[in-house]
Amino acid sequence: MPLQVVRVESVRHAVAILAAEGGARFLGGGTLVMRDVNAGDTTIDTLVLPDGLGLDRIAIDGAQATIGASVSMADIPRHPALAFLKPVAGAIGGPAIRSMATVGGNLFAPYPHGDFAVALLALGAAATIEDLDGTRTVDLEDFFKNRATRGIVRDVRFVLPPGGAFRFVKIVRRKPHGASVLSIAALLPVVAGKMSGARIAYGAMAATPMRARSVEAAIEGQPLDKTTIAAAARVAADGCAPLTDPQASDWYRLNVLPVHLARLLAKQP
Amino acid sequence: MEHVKQFFASERPEGLKAVGVSEPRSDIHGHVSGQTRYYADRTFPGMLYLMMVRSPHHHARILSVDTSQAEKVPGVVRILTHKDVPKNVYTILCLIQVEPDDEPCLAADKVRYKGEQVVAVIADSVAAAREAVARVKVAYEELPAVFDVEEALKPGAPLVNEFHGQNWFVYEGHHCRRVRHGDIDKGFAEADFVIEERYQSSPIEHAPVETTGCIVVPEANGRYTCHSNTQALFFTLDNSALILNQPFQKLRLVGGTVGGGFGGKVDVIVEPIAFLAAMLTGRPVKYAFSREEEMQVSSPRAAERIYVKDGVMRNGRIVARQVRLYVDAGAYSRHSPYGTTKAAAHMPGPYTIPNVHVDCHCVYTNRTPSSAMRGFGVTIGDFALEVQMDKLARLVGIDPIEFRIRNAYRDGDMKAHGETTKGAALIETIQAASTLAGWPLSDEARRASSTAGVVR
Amino acid sequence: MARVPVTFTVNGDEQAEFIAPGALLADVLRDKLGLTATKIGCAQGTCGACTVLVDGELKLSCLIPAERVEGASIETLEGLAKNGAPLHPVQAAFAENFAAQCGFCTSGMILAAKTLLDRNQEPDRAAVVDAISGNICRCTGYEPIIAAILAAAAEMRGRKSA
Repeated sequence: MPLQVVRVESVRHAVAILAAEGGARFLGGGTLVMRDVNAGDTTIDTLVLPDGLGLDRIAIDGAQATIGASVSMADIPRHPALAFLKPVAGAIGGPAIRSMATVGGNLFAPYPHGDFAVALLALGAAATIEDLDGTRTVDLEDFFKNRATRGIVRDVRFVLPPGGAFRFVKIVRRKPHGASVLSIAALLPVVAGKMSGARIAYGAMAATPMRARSVEAAIEGQPLDKTTIAAAARVAADGCAPLTDPQASDWYRLNVLPVHLARLLAKQP
Repeated sequence: MEHVKQFFASERPEGLKAVGVSEPRSDIHGHVSGQTRYYADRTFPGMLYLMMVRSPHHHARILSVDTSQAEKVPGVVRILTHKDVPKNVYTILCLIQVEPDDEPCLAADKVRYKGEQVVAVIADSVAAAREAVARVKVAYEELPAVFDVEEALKPGAPLVNEFHGQNWFVYEGHHCRRVRHGDIDKGFAEADFVIEERYQSSPIEHAPVETTGCIVVPEANGRYTCHSNTQALFFTLDNSALILNQPFQKLRLVGGTVGGGFGGKVDVIVEPIAFLAAMLTGRPVKYAFSREEEMQVSSPRAAERIYVKDGVMRNGRIVARQVRLYVDAGAYSRHSPYGTTKAAAHMPGPYTIPNVHVDCHCVYTNRTPSSAMRGFGVTIGDFALEVQMDKLARLVGIDPIEFRIRNAYRDGDMKAHGETTKGAALIETIQAASTLAGWPLSDEARRASSTAGVVR
Repeated sequence: MARVPVTFTVNGDEQAEFIAPGALLADVLRDKLGLTATKIGCAQGTCGACTVLVDGELKLSCLIPAERVEGASIETLEGLAKNGAPLHPVQAAFAENFAAQCGFCTSGMILAAKTLLDRNQEPDRAAVVDAISGNICRCTGYEPIIAAILAAAAEMRGRKSA
């Protein structure tokens, strides 16, 4: 059964094809779907191209950022308002992968991948999803609970963080850009010297990107000093269920997580 | 790069022009311009694709093979089983009188490792071949498997390879390669210290960027040309002719350009079945490993387990060395009987030791058959020996470099294999390396020489 | 099986082919157009041997259906020194610095290096390492490749100021 490659006029048209054909997939950069195709996944018979649908735009409206699902990791740091995300986008594979991998695709990346999705989770982002019934907004935390959702992601939206409030670290074994042992994204807004509305997200510490709510609770309303960081490290692994894979064992991930979290929180901006 | 000329100066011929000089590679222009031709950089009209049905089990009896559904897939041209192979069972080193033949091209009654070749599907597209492979039904009865070399040698262990009848290769009536020199028990009795350590390496996959593969093309003159990335063109030619029961001159191997070999492309694994497919279909046939097959199914460097027991004097001289070494050959011999011989020949290392006892076993397990990799048969042995040398040096409180010079073999010394040492240069190499590394040497170590001193 | 038409520019030449639907760009370049410098090492996007440039951006041709690049401008290694033209400084630097042994990763490495130097004339070692971080080499240990790229950068800066 040969593979059909389809161009569409609109996202709605793509949604219709995906709903009608069980074997259709919406392509981002191809770094995930084409791997499966090349490995012989015979459940895929139609590739719907995202090109020409206007999903590759970045719009900044005051503090509101809207990033189209087809925006690539290479595009992200080119935009001045998104320079703070360069450590995230720049750590996802080499240059060729970065020019192919998309914001939308990263939301669906399997373990241990999906570091851009981790950053979006920390930023409190929501996804705009179009399906047969129309368009809806889904908070990313809900999105990760059921990624096999109907419809197509059009874009992600979040409020730009205050300068210096966003931090990110990705731990890899194969330098410089191997797959994650773990990643941590932290939104650390400071009001009157204390954490206010902190959000911490982990990659590769559960089946999907996850919020570190115990850590958030430990630091909320506190100055980010040694005592607070130590309290955060103590609860770092709460709710974590990492897997064992070629990058690291679950045991290793659980044991190094508090160390890397403490270092990230202690970093001088 | 420095050409160190002062050692053995009297032995150097005059007028050496190429030694110590950087010359460009003869193929570098092809590589940087993209003109270098690898086997797959060719197209042939009507070419077919061969994909393999592989054993999902480590050890199992084959009860039945049903290809009827696979044959119906559009684009499938031919399906091959062991019945199609003229001489199905072979061993690569039969060419140098290593026996018995112990490996089927296509499994007949049994599979002995996960990934073993069972049924070959030949189709006009990769997609059709893949679909047909998925539709071949093979019924297996799983058997107990063994994965550990010492477990495999115990009585009652599952028998891996019936062609041998036991889980070890027999060397001229013996259960291992043996080296005997002096009196090992007397040596240990005389020693000031005796230590035994256990070393273990894992199988190591070469992971070349180019996967194993070949394309066989029927020629108008009745010959078959095989474009292959094998490192071993003559092994491949001769074994293929024997397997196919064809005159040798009917087959032609074109190769020499390998996208990463490292010893991983010396097995005769894709060519015989690709030749057969081309002969039976009359069309060009390509058989290439996928990346997953390359990593999982192609042979790795053998895992080895090595016990080194040494007796050493307070003054740093090793007086007794006993080595028990186990090569994990996996399910089939391939090159392991030779690699194990090399391991034995390499012991006890480049040191003069008066009492040496070496047993090197070539052991069959239900792992992926192992084969050559850089420093075949000796690299892992060196890992064990040199870690041991450092441990011994620490034990007797001597600098590890001095310790090696003290034990290094010198011209005229009797080696454990009954050969006299000739052309030794270990001491000089250590001295030159120490200078480069800034490692301080004692006057005694500086004065040591491979060619002067007492014969031992 | 009905073939589909696809048209794009490769190394400055317009190409038009009828291909099997879903055929990969890597396979079309190699098998249809005879441009075999681009290699396939993994078909997963991991090894980088299939690296090409699409509209000036580095991409992995084993992950791109050829139909997707309809109308695009593709560059492969063969385009760097077409029809016997003198080698590009990056190619010459690889040759002089022993930056290839088996040669299978070389096409992807050279394109990655050239793309870096087109954008950054004074890369430091970290920038070079990042530029080739998507290309696996099993032979050289990478150091000769890094040295070659830094040498090419110096050579190209020298030519500019000459």
